[in-house]
Amino acid sequence: MNEPVITPELVAKHGITPEEYENILKILGRVPTYTELGIFSVMWSEHCSYKNTKPLLKTFPTRSDRIMVGAGEENAGIIDIGDNLAIAFKMESHNHPSAVEPFQGAATGVGGIIRDIFTMGARPICAMNSLRFGELQSPEVRRLFRGVVGGIAHYGNCFGIPTIAGEVCFDASYEGNPLVNAFCLGVLRHEQIARGAAKGIGNPVFYVGPATGRDGLAGAAFASQDLTEASAEQQRGAVQVGDPFMEKLVMEACLELLAAKDAVAGIQDMGAAGLTCSTCETAARAGTGIEIELSKVPQRATGMTPYEIMLSESQERMLIIVNKGHEAEVQRIFDKWDLPWSEIGVVTDTGRMVVRNHGEVVADIPAAKIANDSPVYHRESKEPEYLNDVRAFQISSVQDTTTATQDLEALLAVPTIASKNWVYRQYDHQVRDGSVVCPGSDAAVVRIKADSLPMLSEGQSETVPAGTEKYIAMAVDGNGTYVYLDPYEGSKTVVAECARNLACTGAIPLGSTDNLNFGNPHHPELFYQLKESVRGLAEACDVFGAPVTGGNVSLYNQNPHGAIDPTPTIAIVGLVEKKEHITTQWFKDEGDVIILLGEAVDEGDPNLGLGGSAYLQNRKGIKNGTPPRCDLKKEKAVQDATLDCIRAGWVKSAHDCSEGGLAVTLAECCFTKNVALNTPRFTGAQVDLSALKCARKDALLFGETQSRIIVSVSPANADKILAKAKEHSVPAAVIGKVTGSGKDSELSIRLAQETLSWNVSAIYGTWWNAIGSVMDAAAH
Amino acid sequence: MNFAVLQFPGSNCDQDCVHVLKNVLGHSARLLWHKENSVGDADAVIVPGGFSYGDYLRTGAIARYSNVMAAVTEFANQGGLVMGICNGFQILCEAGLLPGALIRNRSIKFRCEFVWLRTGPANTPFTCKAPEGTVLRIPIAHGEGCYFADPETLKKLEANGQILWRYCDEQGKVEAEANPNGSLLNIAGICNEKKNVAGLMPHPERASEDILSSSDGRILFESMIQWHCKK
Repeated sequence: MNEPVITPELVAKHGITPEEYENILKILGRVPTYTELGIFSVMWSEHCSYKNTKPLLKTFPTRSDRIMVGAGEENAGIIDIGDNLAIAFKMESHNHPSAVEPFQGAATGVGGIIRDIFTMGARPICAMNSLRFGELQSPEVRRLFRGVVGGIAHYGNCFGIPTIAGEVCFDASYEGNPLVNAFCLGVLRHEQIARGAAKGIGNPVFYVGPATGRDGLAGAAFASQDLTEASAEQQRGAVQVGDPFMEKLVMEACLELLAAKDAVAGIQDMGAAGLTCSTCETAARAGTGIEIELSKVPQRATGMTPYEIMLSESQERMLIIVNKGHEAEVQRIFDKWDLPWSEIGVVTDTGRMVVRNHGEVVADIPAAKIANDSPVYHRESKEPEYLNDVRAFQISSVQDTTTATQDLEALLAVPTIASKNWVYRQYDHQVRDGSVVCPGSDAAVVRIKADSLPMLSEGQSETVPAGTEKYIAMAVDGNGTYVYLDPYEGSKTVVAECARNLACTGAIPLGSTDNLNFGNPHHPELFYQLKESVRGLAEACDVFGAPVTGGNVSLYNQNPHGAIDPTPTIAIVGLVEKKEHITTQWFKDEGDVIILLGEAVDEGDPNLGLGGSAYLQNRKGIKNGTPPRCDLKKEKAVQDATLDCIRAGWVKSAHDCSEGGLAVTLAECCFTKNVALNTPRFTGAQVDLSALKCARKDALLFGETQSRIIVSVSPANADKILAKAKEHSVPAAVIGKVTGSGKDSELSIRLAQETLSWNVSAIYGTWWNAIGSVMDAAAH
Repeated sequence: MNFAVLQFPGSNCDQDCVHVLKNVLGHSARLLWHKENSVGDADAVIVPGGFSYGDYLRTGAIARYSNVMAAVTEFANQGGLVMGICNGFQILCEAGLLPGALIRNRSIKFRCEFVWLRTGPANTPFTCKAPEGTVLRIPIAHGEGCYFADPETLKKLEANGQILWRYCDEQGKVEAEANPNGSLLNIAGICNEKKNVAGLMPHPERASEDILSSSDGRILFESMIQWHCKK
């Protein structure tokens, strides 16, 4: 076989530094083959090795009594939710592929994360996503947005998983480099946890799923470099093509095989770095070796080289290590589902990953060395210059508003704040009969029932108590602007807001998964953002009892104009203990009392909550100023008070105050209940803020002071809420009442200076149609 | 009553149907694999939603050639009750058990949301518990749910009372704004001439429990049960 000669240029082209190459020579004791060079390049890419972020990731809280499989151990973390049930969940990015080919890029992002979940032995039961794009005025942004949403819908809908929640933000910094973070959650019984380890010397190694093609060649390496026009064009072929139908079959077959008693010794999906990653990681985890024969790998294209087969990222493939003597089970089950399978190798005791092609050795590498001994870099960090400007900004340089009525109308039409129905109505969010709170409230709630679970082994009796039902809440959040303006404080806020969304739903956090979307780590100012952000995230996750169970790092998010806003996204998963505690954000009944939990305005913040606010950005054209502070102690107290009140049965609605401030929150409480197509339900609200001390109208109405929640309660329970808040040392004030429902409902807010009012139906229309009117009016 | 719920590769709503029939309504329901040649002792067959065979070629186009569909056709021809939901409706149309076809939504987009349905004549196994004009709140989730048939077929459907569910507003008024996909005559579901085979795009199994915010869908299954028990 004629393989390219290893030259310094070829090494550089693989993104391997001269020092890393020296290390490779040391590990191998010789010059690597072309295939080996490819293997090292993908395994030591940031995407697979976390070489630039490992030291930071170690600072995350990762333990609790409930965690059964922790961060970094396996393909996803697992948390005990009681009654012998557990959940597996994780979030992962597919930013670069989505920038190049939005539909397939996003679709395969969904496919990849679903595989991570069923690889753990869990049945995937719901999905979420966190998306970021440039400004919608740009036709190119609309193309990406339409493609990404279409891709997620295509994959999730066909696979049969409800896409139950998410967030979508628009900001110029993501132009050309959209962020696509996909989350999946699955359920299983405690004894059903599967491991990605190649255990048992002599055990056969099976390849299952569709044949390997040239698609997605070296996608992991592609994701670990700056995105440029040239790289995008050149890498168009690096984007994988997804087939959700195939994945659905592979999942059903894998879960069936996992239920076959003692058949499976280890299982791992072929995601990033495909066959390479799955073979050496499973061997490394078990401390064994693995030997495979490439001619036995089902191939879609003719004449594929060993290099191509090892680095292909063809989708929907799995590697299964089968306990010897159970080979027939694989055949029986995969034949039943009409799926390709092939025995391609064997587990050895050599500790080496040996790859043969028609008998000839093309790679022979110590598995543990490549999987675990990737380089670790402590990157240089330097506080960015721009932060001086941010700190110098004073809100007094901006005049208070004289157009508050229009401000609210305009903010409701800002795509980041507006209704995302154009997005979530394209996602099947109800399949599997478990969607209790659907998209449109603070957090989604999914019900776990007996048939949500993977099947039992034949003859095995149920290990979950009869009639058990569980309610799992989840939300995903991010705020690139806050983190840009203050990486540490902003990152705390991101976690706080996500936890607050859960509290409003009635859930106690169980754990979290994060996706760190940042720029090039070689740039000290960008690395500073990453470092400070992780510090904030770690601190906040700890306070809210949401240890990190896994996640993903996506660096090199740059376009020719610079880096994206640093954007950590976090998904928190929580447990709602009783069905009765499930709470939604919209007002319920006329006459109910509206209470604000938390300080109306943080007077200790020189910008009064307006720094980096949606109001300042969209109404004043200013993206500057230190963002609102996040006092974690105060925040925890507000959330605890809210949860106590919900669990006491006093709360009819709870909604967190975030982008757009109090005015946007109140408007949303009035109109977010949607019964069916063209059937929104409105309430009015009469709110009086005139007693609240605040020098600025805009700060009171649109400021984004943290740690605030709006609840509504029947008049009889109002005092109980105030007393409970006091117990938690949380400021609380009755600020108004819910008024009549129907088309004429009015939202009125009385301030010291004037009384503002809006027709709820009219502002609802603005909010509901803002994204759809842009997307459906514009030609493709 | 014994229900058989078909299971094709790519069926997604099979378990949901079994859940509602068994756990919510207390009847017997089992999955029937697409390679089977008989519906066995089933009293009724549900063809569930999903993406059978990945919707390759055309929705329902491959499923109709499966072993089990030959058995279902025979069962239907002998008067057995068959209800197709979403992809199941598409399959029944492809198999010729129901007239017409489901084509791409007018909006070109997949749509998932609750809609209002106005129930047609109550003299069928699928509507006998709901007086004509009953308005139901049931969700849809499809990309290809626009019902299409030639004018003659439509005329026949109307004349024979075969249009069982139409998209309407909350008050039951059948109007253009209430139509989520461009279906002719706002058709959401129909039955065959003999009235033992029905298909609809909305998902009654997703609206059969209060915790999922509507139990209006139960009346379809309950109608089938009542009809069968009276027989």
